[in-house]
Amino acid sequence: MTKAGTTLVAADTPAPAARLPRRRGIELALIVVAVLLSVYGYCAVGLARNGTVPPGAAGYGAGLGVLALVAHLAVRLRAPCADPLLLPIGVLLNGLGLVLIYRLDLETPDDRAAPAQLVWSTLGVALFIVVVLLLRDHRVLQRYAYVCVVAALVLLALPIFFPAVNGARIWIRIAGFSIQPGEFAKVLLAVFFAAYLAANRSALAYTGRRVLGVDRLQLPTGRVLGPIVAIWLLSVGVLVLERDLGTSLLFFGLFVVLLYVATGRTGWIAIGLLLAALGAVAVGQLEPHVHSRVEDWQHPFASIEAGEGPNQLSQSLFAFAAGGMVGTGLGLGHSIMIGFAAKSDFILATAGEELGLAGLSAIFLLYGLLVERGFRAGLALRDPFGRLLAVGLASIVALQVFVIAGGVTGLIPLTGMAMPFLAQGGSSVVTNWAIVALLIRLSDRARSRLGIPEDEEAAVTRSEGRAEALR
Amino acid sequence: MTRHIRHAAFFCALLLIALLANAARIQVIEARTYDDNIANRRGTIARYGQPRGDILVGGTPVTGSRDTGEHLRYERTYTNGPMYAPVTGFASQVYGTTFLEHTEDGVLAGTDPLLSPFPMWKGVARDRNPGGDVLTTLHRGAQEAAYEGLTGRKGAVAAVEPSTGRILALVSAPSYDPSVLSGNGPAVARSWATLNRDQDKPMLNRAVRKTYPPGSTFKVVTAAAALDAGVVKKLDKRTDSEDPYTLPGTRTSLTNESEGCTDVPLRKAFEWSCNTVFAKLGVRVGVKRMAATAKAFGFNDADLRIPFSVAESTFDTKVDKAQLALSSIGQYNTRATPLQMAMVAAAVANGGQVRSPYLVERRTRAGGSTVATGGSRSVRQAMRPSTAALLKELMVDVVREGTGSNAWIPGATVGGKTGTAQHGLGNSGTPYAWFVSWAQGDLDLEPKVAVAVVVEDADPDRGDISGGGDAAPIARAVMKAVLKSPSDDRR
Repeated sequence: MTKAGTTLVAADTPAPAARLPRRRGIELALIVVAVLLSVYGYCAVGLARNGTVPPGAAGYGAGLGVLALVAHLAVRLRAPCADPLLLPIGVLLNGLGLVLIYRLDLETPDDRAAPAQLVWSTLGVALFIVVVLLLRDHRVLQRYAYVCVVAALVLLALPIFFPAVNGARIWIRIAGFSIQPGEFAKVLLAVFFAAYLAANRSALAYTGRRVLGVDRLQLPTGRVLGPIVAIWLLSVGVLVLERDLGTSLLFFGLFVVLLYVATGRTGWIAIGLLLAALGAVAVGQLEPHVHSRVEDWQHPFASIEAGEGPNQLSQSLFAFAAGGMVGTGLGLGHSIMIGFAAKSDFILATAGEELGLAGLSAIFLLYGLLVERGFRAGLALRDPFGRLLAVGLASIVALQVFVIAGGVTGLIPLTGMAMPFLAQGGSSVVTNWAIVALLIRLSDRARSRLGIPEDEEAAVTRSEGRAEALR
Repeated sequence: MTRHIRHAAFFCALLLIALLANAARIQVIEARTYDDNIANRRGTIARYGQPRGDILVGGTPVTGSRDTGEHLRYERTYTNGPMYAPVTGFASQVYGTTFLEHTEDGVLAGTDPLLSPFPMWKGVARDRNPGGDVLTTLHRGAQEAAYEGLTGRKGAVAAVEPSTGRILALVSAPSYDPSVLSGNGPAVARSWATLNRDQDKPMLNRAVRKTYPPGSTFKVVTAAAALDAGVVKKLDKRTDSEDPYTLPGTRTSLTNESEGCTDVPLRKAFEWSCNTVFAKLGVRVGVKRMAATAKAFGFNDADLRIPFSVAESTFDTKVDKAQLALSSIGQYNTRATPLQMAMVAAAVANGGQVRSPYLVERRTRAGGSTVATGGSRSVRQAMRPSTAALLKELMVDVVREGTGSNAWIPGATVGGKTGTAQHGLGNSGTPYAWFVSWAQGDLDLEPKVAVAVVVEDADPDRGDISGGGDAAPIARAVMKAVLKSPSDDRR
């Protein structure tokens, strides 16, 4: 990387010949490692359970390998300068997720989830390839901002017309497949927020009235604020109707982060926290469901003390604790005692028990690296839309991991959500591959020497930002 | 905008740090409290996730493990469960463990740190070792003979090797099959309820957990105390004793079952089991010296472990002379477990030395390598060797020409003492029939076995004879089984 930094310093004095190393070879090597790690995990499960390598190991490895290879070729062809870490991280997390789901399937022979998850993963990689091949420039998306928001709202509203599953109306069933449209809406909303804020950020940042005479707490005028709050209220309202609080929290967090990044106004954070507090009180009053989640978080063992046996959260905590430092080993834990949602929302407990603190930390760091690479692309890009989109996508991953991982480890109240790539759930896997594809596209743009005509605003901070981002 | 992107990135880094710190808290720092939570079934699953180690008698296991394929995978099985129940106890997935299954649980379940070749690594990975085995001192033939002898009756047998303290037989009747308690289904709960309701208390280990009035068998202790104290110097010299004997300080007079106990010498008094003679001897020896001798034999010791605890056998030390007189013939507050009375016979056979009894010969790893040996316990001199020699003579006479003739074994020297103990309110209960004895084959260098038998439901009409009639044949069968086998094959 030092080489990259040096190149860039030289680039301040125009030298069009100099260009960043593309590092596609590193990407390929890392993908091979990721595939081998996943196959190793698959074999370890079989060896621990039956003493033999599972019969499907070769096929599984070949399938994952081919998928990853095709994705790599697509990147080589159309995004040759993309960040070399993004794709391998996606492959490794997806492969590990398949291993964990396959491992949990052994406990529930009548309800196998791994084959379907493999199909969805294939679809996800296919979408990844399509996005990388067809979306040549991310700025195209800016034109479809309003199409995106309408699509997002339609997707969010769809499940209202379908029956509730396990208390939440977030699924639609078509031809035997259940789809969670809210997952796709995340990306669409991120595109809309980024486009809208990129276009209106000056107005948002520099107009408005002061509160209490303090400059920092300058509130924007209602005219600018109106549309975006309306959209936000609508999406959150739909979510509350559907009782999917995790996604609601995610949208809210995304909204606040992007507003802050776009305008640099601390006032937005104040407004955000105020709205969050109001929302929390309102939802807490209206929804007994939410109230009980908070109770569970504060007293995870209340049901045990009441003689009703351990609830899901305490079973999850037991699983993490049983893992200790190095874990029980794949296939040797008892996280299936969590029961319902062990393969989806609580998949991390299986990782925690069987891979231990060591493995769990490694997984967290993989997510951390993915997010960090997203932010890095955001810093290096020149156009405000690209910057906001990169930050938004990275924040989606970060917030989602925090909300669900914090929930199952008792750090914050539990809200149902899928662990990106790891958890069972087709819509989630497909969406996450779309996010990685967009980040690939953004990082390719950021790292290539083909500059985008400079935005007046970005020009001020661009050079130092880019220099640091690429170091 | 760059600055604010950095702020957002910094915020995400904080979230990551919070997750990592919280994971470390749950998985390492506070893990123990979650592991120990009663609702956490992992400990139980791990415990039954591997076959339990076995308890061995004479080199072959009397226990086993059955793979049920259920959540709690392995269940305890027993071969000849009722016969060995007083030794093994039970290992239930619901009701816990008892006796050897309890005291040796660490070895059998694989949690004993001694089983691990690398104790430090086990601390990190928290694995379990395969269960180790426990080799008992039991003699298979003796145990079988004792169990058969008590079939259909209520009572207990304890047999020890006098020179070492190894327990050769430990039987309680009626018994039960511990395998009915192994699992966790509703049938187990039903069995548990039935066993606990049973009037005959089949789960009571009568050989070590029940004390009986020892009756005339306690006269061995009284005779030892009298000889050691010099109150009696010669076995054939007439004693100064009246019949009936009026208990000192009372108007209660003590009588005998047999005739001619007035001034009879100790040899005849022992052979005929004269209550009057021994009651007066006890009073002449005095409470202090009586208590000291009883204690040396193992009475008034609540701490005996074999390795499971044994009920305390008692000789009351706060008594007046009348109570002492009764205590000296094994009545009043004198009580003994069958094991304690076997120790009394063993002390006589072993030149006055009492070896602390034990049941576990060795503990081994699953592979067979020894983890610990159970032998070599403390030794106590209960009486002078010369006294022991005289008592041996007396006990041999009992078998040769007295009440214990049922215990006679051709080709061996056998010494014994019968007893019938009154009990219940106003002696209303059916008396207990006792027999304590030891035996030495003609080719052996030392006595090989000492045994105590108690039968609770003895026929009341035959009086003192019932010790010889009901209990002595069982003792004989046990002793014969031990003498028959070369001394090495019982391991």
